[in-house]
Amino acid sequence: MSDSFLKTIFGRLTLESFPIHEPILIATFAGVAVGGVAVLAALTWFKLWGYLWKEWFTSVDHKKIGIMYMVLGIVMLLRGFADALMMRAQQAMAFGANDGFLPAHHYDQVFTAHGVIMIFFVAMPFVTGLMNYVVPLQIGARDVSFPFLNNFSFWMTAAGAAIVMMSLFVGEFARTGWLAMAPLSGLDYSPDVGVDYYIWALQIAGVGTLLSGVNLLATIIKMRAPGMGLMKMPIFTWSALATNVLIVAAFPVLTAVLAMLSLDRYVGTHFFTNTMGGNPMMYVNMIWIWGHPEVYILILPLFGVFSEVTSTFSGKRLFGYTSMVYALLVITILAYLVWLHHFFTMGSGASVNSFFGITTMIISIPTGAKIFNWLFTMYKGRIRFELPMMWTIAFMITFVIGGMTGVLLAVPPADFVLHNSLFLIAHFHNVIIGGVLFGTFAGLNYWFPKAFGFKLDKFWGTISFWFWVVGFYVAFMPLYVLGLMGVTRRLRHFDDPSLQIWFIIAAIGAVLIAIGIAALLIQFYVSFRNREALRDTTGDPWNGRSLEWATSSPPPAYNFAFTPVVHDLDAWYDMKSQKAVRPVDGFRAIHMPRNTGTGVILAGLSAVIGVAMIWYMWWLAILGFVALLGVAIVHTFNYDRDYYIPADEVTAVENARTTQLAPAMVGGA
Amino acid sequence: MSEATIPPGAQAPIFYETDEHHHDAGGSTMLGFWLYLMSDCLIFAMLFAAYGVFGSSYAGGPQPHEIFELPLVALNTSMLLFSSITYGFAMLAMNDGKVRSVQGWLAITGLFGLAFLTIELYEFSNLIHEGFGPQRSAFLSSFFTLVGTHGLHVTFGLVWLVTLMVQVGTKGLIPANQRRLQCLSLFWHFLDVIWIGVFTFVYLLGVLR
Repeated sequence: MSDSFLKTIFGRLTLESFPIHEPILIATFAGVAVGGVAVLAALTWFKLWGYLWKEWFTSVDHKKIGIMYMVLGIVMLLRGFADALMMRAQQAMAFGANDGFLPAHHYDQVFTAHGVIMIFFVAMPFVTGLMNYVVPLQIGARDVSFPFLNNFSFWMTAAGAAIVMMSLFVGEFARTGWLAMAPLSGLDYSPDVGVDYYIWALQIAGVGTLLSGVNLLATIIKMRAPGMGLMKMPIFTWSALATNVLIVAAFPVLTAVLAMLSLDRYVGTHFFTNTMGGNPMMYVNMIWIWGHPEVYILILPLFGVFSEVTSTFSGKRLFGYTSMVYALLVITILAYLVWLHHFFTMGSGASVNSFFGITTMIISIPTGAKIFNWLFTMYKGRIRFELPMMWTIAFMITFVIGGMTGVLLAVPPADFVLHNSLFLIAHFHNVIIGGVLFGTFAGLNYWFPKAFGFKLDKFWGTISFWFWVVGFYVAFMPLYVLGLMGVTRRLRHFDDPSLQIWFIIAAIGAVLIAIGIAALLIQFYVSFRNREALRDTTGDPWNGRSLEWATSSPPPAYNFAFTPVVHDLDAWYDMKSQKAVRPVDGFRAIHMPRNTGTGVILAGLSAVIGVAMIWYMWWLAILGFVALLGVAIVHTFNYDRDYYIPADEVTAVENARTTQLAPAMVGGA
Repeated sequence: MSEATIPPGAQAPIFYETDEHHHDAGGSTMLGFWLYLMSDCLIFAMLFAAYGVFGSSYAGGPQPHEIFELPLVALNTSMLLFSSITYGFAMLAMNDGKVRSVQGWLAITGLFGLAFLTIELYEFSNLIHEGFGPQRSAFLSSFFTLVGTHGLHVTFGLVWLVTLMVQVGTKGLIPANQRRLQCLSLFWHFLDVIWIGVFTFVYLLGVLR
């Protein structure tokens, strides 16, 4: 076959694109292949495909989609953490004559992939998953506003993750760092497929994130239970509202800037090039105009989680609810006014730097107010040290440290010394691990019994907790020290042997975290094994305060047989203290959305288009696009999108619940 | 705490809606679509910002007043403005429940849209033919991207419009189709607003520069 024929079919994909000369990747591939085949075989053996397809993949139930987001986050956490371990190992050994085990070409991909995966495919699925699962339950709704769109959003995120994973074994990933700064990410300096993998993974996942933001906003605004005015909304729902405002107002910026970068790479335009009038600083500004709100997108939902947890496990109403809400909103607005603090050193001048330095410092005021509110909620409370509360306390301590180093970095002159140093790396891991991940684990332990009907094992949860927390401090405090000594980020090799001890300590910390992750997985397994002993029959295992605890664990598909009516901020606590009686008859048919496979198909086609574009297989991209448009149009011709759960079925489910509740007689339910 | 005491003799508050009203599906659609449009608006905001920054980065290439033909752009603008008016007539016909009339006005709207796209493509091909393509300078990159993104939106609007004509024909003006017509209406007028921004900031101010 002629070369040009092969080029037409496969674009720039050749046999050389497969990294067969990299032993690490071959071993990884073998592991993934064996594991993957084992999982596929098991699914086939136990005849689970039909079940997965019907009950999960095509489900439009916000609860199942929320759980799928969490599973995606955990799977990608393993990948992202493997990258972290490799970096820590490399930096601990690559001193003097020792060159370490990662060649520069590979190392640069590892730190890029680590950042991209941890932010977009671990942290984002975690917060989206928590919001998806909890928000409709907290506001007493039966589902989100656009259930099909919700399913589609999830699969777009999953498609983006799949594209990043594919880059491990076919071609390579970007070597630019997680924000792919121009002009390094332009065609002149990154001619290979790495940046294209980056662009298409983020564009496809970004569509999912944006649409899920629109969806949750409409849900919160339109679908609250009767009586739930805005100032009676649970604080987690408030944090979700603020988060989704940020998503809808920030992600289009990422879409636009990545689109311009793609045009530079595919069409030869000159947005961010060094020549023909282009300006790379424009890229830096635009990516951070998205990027800074993004970090608040990650942390705000977890602020909500900590608020719920603190109030529940202190047995008190949240202190300063109103100030909490206003703090969220102030942070939402300020999130757009600080982006330049990411590049004080890049020539903006003293006045501009001062403005952005001051706005950045001001953010610590609402955030500090939140910390004090949590402390005052705990003050004189009957604190129960369950796992969610432990994570919350670890967060408060850790996040305050991270916040203070953040304020330090907000001072432009200090930033000139610390910019792009390991001090910065330590700072943002301090707030992202100490805030986002600790919050996710708090939320996971808090709502797991709601989602699955049994609590998570406390012993293994405690093990995981201590290894994570101690591991975090051991891994990142040395980086603060190294940063103050002037070590910059993303280095593969060092000459000064006096630094090595700090990197070795950091590597030990990473190993401790690895044990924490293993304990987390064991916790899932052990809890599943002992699920009968850990069973929650009440639906309210923690003596909760908001509406998600008013229904059974796990909730029925329709969430609430009768929509609850809200009279108080802590609606469920109010119902319990006023001895509200749960209706046991008179059930009616319930109107619900129908499952559909269209979301999976559309996201699959998007992934095909992405891969075709990455490898310059133009025919496949066109074919995929036509198919995508066709499937989307055909979907709009389907008007039969909902059905009724018959009253008999609702009655049967609710009677079972009545029987289950009878011996316990807990609360008003 | 929430010890909202009930005064003696008063009725206990209702905690469950046992007599639930039926909620129509799609009650959030207009809000959701509006939110989507606002996010789309931000994409255009970034493209306008890029044009604002790169609008005078000619890199030795042509300047706006050398390449923009205002009469042609004025004609193009009128095509789009007329299409907005005719879409308005389609909505009036929808309110009267006239299927044929809705389809007719949609068809006219579509033709205006098509005329707009044709003129735009003619302008683009002329520029590229003269060597003033998007690769020539950052100014032209941002110009083609901003105007082209708007054109791409119009193209999708046309696909949507044709789909809706078929759906209105087969299913009639059922609530679902009315909702879709309203969404497309928002979309179409939104593109008009964006174009007025393009006309003003890119073409008029460009020629003045």
